[in-house]
Amino acid sequence: MRTLIVLLLSSLVSTLALAGVKIEHWTAPSGAKVYFVETRVLPILDVQIDFAAGAAFVPAGKSGLAGLTHSLLETGAAGLDEEHIAGRLVDIAAHLGGGVDSDRASISLRTLSAQPQRDAALDLMRTILSAPTFPQAALERERGRSIASIREAETRPDAIAGKRFAAAIYPGHPYGVSPTAESVATITREDLVTFHRQHYGAAGAIVSIIGDVSRTAAEAIAQRLTEALPAGGGDLVPPAVTKPLRTTIKIAHPAAQSHVHIGLPAISRSDPDYFPLLVGNYTLGGGGFVSRLMKEVREKRGYAYSVYSYFAPRKLEGPFEIGLQTKREQVGDALKVVDEVLTGYIAKGPGRKELAAAKKNMIDGLALRMDSNAKLLGYLSAIGFYGLPLTYLDEFPAKVQAVTAEQVKAAFARHVKAENLVTVVVAAD
Amino acid sequence: MKPLFAALSLLAFAAVPAPGLANPFETQLANGLRVIVKEDRRAPTAVHMVWYRAGSMDEKDGTSGVAHALEHLMFKGTTNLAAGEFNKRVAEAGGRDNAFTSRDYTAYFQIVPKAALPEMMKLEADRMANLRLDAKEFSSEIKVVMEERRLRTDDDPHALVHEALNSAMFQAHPYRRPIIGWMDDLEHLTWQDARDWYRLWYAPNNAYVVVVGDVDHREVFRLAQKYYGPLKARALPQRKPQNEPEQAGMRRLSVKAPAQLPYLAMAWKAPRLRDVQKDRDPYALDVLATVLDGHDASRFARNLVRGSRVAQSAGAGYDGTLRGEASFVLDGQPAEGKTIADLEAALRAEIKLIQDEGVSAEELTRVKTQSIAAQIYKRDSLMAQAMEIGGAEAAGESWRDIDAMLEQLKSVTAEEVQAVARKYFKDDALSIAVLDPQPVDKSKPKKPSVAVRH
Repeated sequence: MRTLIVLLLSSLVSTLALAGVKIEHWTAPSGAKVYFVETRVLPILDVQIDFAAGAAFVPAGKSGLAGLTHSLLETGAAGLDEEHIAGRLVDIAAHLGGGVDSDRASISLRTLSAQPQRDAALDLMRTILSAPTFPQAALERERGRSIASIREAETRPDAIAGKRFAAAIYPGHPYGVSPTAESVATITREDLVTFHRQHYGAAGAIVSIIGDVSRTAAEAIAQRLTEALPAGGGDLVPPAVTKPLRTTIKIAHPAAQSHVHIGLPAISRSDPDYFPLLVGNYTLGGGGFVSRLMKEVREKRGYAYSVYSYFAPRKLEGPFEIGLQTKREQVGDALKVVDEVLTGYIAKGPGRKELAAAKKNMIDGLALRMDSNAKLLGYLSAIGFYGLPLTYLDEFPAKVQAVTAEQVKAAFARHVKAENLVTVVVAAD
Repeated sequence: MKPLFAALSLLAFAAVPAPGLANPFETQLANGLRVIVKEDRRAPTAVHMVWYRAGSMDEKDGTSGVAHALEHLMFKGTTNLAAGEFNKRVAEAGGRDNAFTSRDYTAYFQIVPKAALPEMMKLEADRMANLRLDAKEFSSEIKVVMEERRLRTDDDPHALVHEALNSAMFQAHPYRRPIIGWMDDLEHLTWQDARDWYRLWYAPNNAYVVVVGDVDHREVFRLAQKYYGPLKARALPQRKPQNEPEQAGMRRLSVKAPAQLPYLAMAWKAPRLRDVQKDRDPYALDVLATVLDGHDASRFARNLVRGSRVAQSAGAGYDGTLRGEASFVLDGQPAEGKTIADLEAALRAEIKLIQDEGVSAEELTRVKTQSIAAQIYKRDSLMAQAMEIGGAEAAGESWRDIDAMLEQLKSVTAEEVQAVARKYFKDDALSIAVLDPQPVDKSKPKKPSVAVRH
C-alpha cells in the first residue's frame, strides 16, 4: 500500500450527501432517540446503539472500566452464558460489534433481514444490553488479557506515542487518561454493574437503524431494544478542557523510526469553526497525497511513508494532530519541515487553487462516502449522538462551498495556537 | 491464456444480455487485456481496478522489493502527466486512489463518482504504457519505501517473525522473499531495475481491469477499447514454476525484538487450489481453518482463550487461492503465566483432537451458514466485490469459479476435514518461528542503514 492510514477525519467529519437518502427520526416510548433509513435493496439490517458511556465518564483510578464493561456485555446475560451467546450469533450469521472512545460506547449489529434471523439477533442484542450478568470468572480472564495487552502496548513505539500525546494535551482531564495495568487491576464486578446501570440507560441512547425493514418494524425494534435498559444515562458532558502549554516531550525507545505527534485540543463537534477547519485541514494534511504535508515531507524529501493531520471533534475539544514516523537520525529535519508547513499555513491559509481543489474533492466525493449501509450507519449515529441537525447532510455541500480562505486562516489562528502546541517524539536520540 | 477475441465481436454478443443473469460481464481486447464488469446500481459510484500478474514472486534475488517500489513509482508521472498529477486528478474528481503489491500481483484502484470513470480509465491506460522513470524521482521515492519497511517490518516484532518464518519454510520457492524487499536490496536498487521491471511486466496482455459499480457494462467495454485498446501487447517472460522441494524435517527459529509477550507461529506446507472442480483438500483445509478460528464460537476462542486460558490470542489461517505454495498457519501469544511450549502443545492438541475425533455436524453447518451470509454482506461494499473478482483471477481462477468454489466449500464433509488434519500436519513439513521478547530499555537502536543515497 502506498499509504498507511485512510485519511478520513474520523466518521464525524465525513460526509453524507442525502439527496435520495431519507433519514426518519423519532423518540421511542422508552426515551431513546431513533434515526432510521429504509433501504430494501439488500436483505440485511444494521442497528447501532450509542450511549454516553465512553472512557471520559469512568471514576478516577478506574481507567479501562468503559472498555471492559463494553467487552463483557457478551460474556453473560439473563441465563445465557458466553458460549451460548457466541454460538447463537454464529448460528444466525449475525455480527455484534462496536467500540468505545472517549465520549461514547457503541454496540452494533449486522444481521440478515429475514424474520427468523432478524428476530433472534435483535433478541440477543436486547438481552445483552439490558441484562448483562458480568460473570466474575469472565471478568478475571478479560482483566488479565487487558493487562497483558497494555504491557505489550507499552513496548510499542506507536502505542507509547499515542498515550503520551493524549496525556500531554489533556493534563488532568479524562480525555488524557489511558488504562494502565494498575487501574485495570482494581476494576471489580461491582464497578461494571454500576457503570452499566448509570450509563447504559434509554435516556440519551441513540438508536440508528438502516436496512431492509419498514418504518413500523423499525419503531418496534427501537422500542424493544431499549425498553428494558436501566434507568441511568442521559446527555452527559465531560469536565471542561484546559489547553496545555507548548512543550516537547522526548521518550527513549530502540525503534528504527521516531514516532511523532504534534497537536493540541482544538474544537468540539458543535463549534462554528467546524467547516472552515474541516475544509482547511484537507489542504494541510487531510487530503492524502495532495496535502501540503504529504508533498513536503514525503514526496519531496522521502522523510516518511505516512504523514497526516486531522481534527477529531468530540463532545468537548477533541484533538488536532499531525503525525508521522521517520528514520530516527533524521527526525530533527522532518520536524523542521513540519513546523515550516504548519507555520506557513497558519500565517497565510490555503491558496485559491488549493481551496477550490479541497472543496471539489469534498463535495464531489460525497457520493462515495455514503455508498453502503455500513457507511450510512456511521453517519446516522454521529448525527444522533452529537445532536447535528437532520438537514446536516443536505446542507453539507453548501456549507463546504461557503468556506473562504479568510475563514480558514482565522479558524486556524483561533484553534491551533503555537503557544499550546505539544510535540511528542518516541525513539528520539 | 484464453483465446483472443476482438472486442467488437464480443460487444455485439454482449449487447443483449439476459438482465441480472449475466452479471458480471467479461470481454477481452485484441491486445489481450481482459475487462470484467459487475453492475451494481445501489449508489452513483464506481470502483476501477487494474491488476497486473506480477508480484514479488516474479522478482529475482538481489532486486527483492522491485515490484512494490515500482508500484510507488507508478504515481510519479508519465510522458503525458507530471509527477503527483495522477493523485491530483483523482482527488479533484472527488475520488480516492491507492495501490497494493502482493506476492502474486500488483493492483491499482480508484473509487470515484461514476462520472469520473472514463478519466480514471484514461489515466490508468496512460501509465500502463508511458511511465516516466528517472534517477531523481526514484532516489526520493525509494527512501519512502525504506521508511515503509521500517514502519511495517523492522519495528514490528510479529512482522519480523513472519518474515523469518517465510524465508525458512521456503528455500527454492520465491515466497521466501519479503514483498517489501530486504533492506539491503532496497539500498542497492536502481531506477534502471524499476524500469526493467516495468518493461517486463506492464503490458495489457499481463493485466486485467475490474470495474464494479453504477455502470453499463457495454459502455465500460467501449471505454476500455478506446483507452486501453491502442496499447500494444508484448511477449512476456517465461514463468518458471520454482516448486519447493519436499521438506524433510522440522525447522525452528527464533527472532529477538523489543516486546513484552512472546509470540509463536507454526506453518505446515499445504496444497493450493489447482482444479476448482476436482480438488477437495483445499476446501477441506479452508473449513478446518474456520472450525479452528473462523468466528467467536470457534475452537481456539472457546478452548484456548476462554476455556483453558492458555492463550492471550490464537489464530488459524489457510489461503489456497494463490499462484505459489500454500501453507496452513497457526499462531498466538501465550496468556500471562503460560509459556510458548504450553501454547505450542495446546495448538497441537487441538489438531490432534480433530485427527482423532473429527468435527461435528454443528460445526460444519456453521461454516456453511457463515459463508452464505458473508456473500450477502459482501454486496454492501463495491470494493469487497471488486477484490473478490480480482483475487480469484490473480490466483489463476476465474470470477466464473467463485460460485462453484462456494458450492465446493459447502459440500465438504466431516470425514474430509478429519482426513486433511491427518494428512498435512506432520512435523517433517512444519516450520516454527518464535518471538523472543527483549526488554525495551536494554535494547539498542538498530544501526542506521548504510547511507548509499543522500
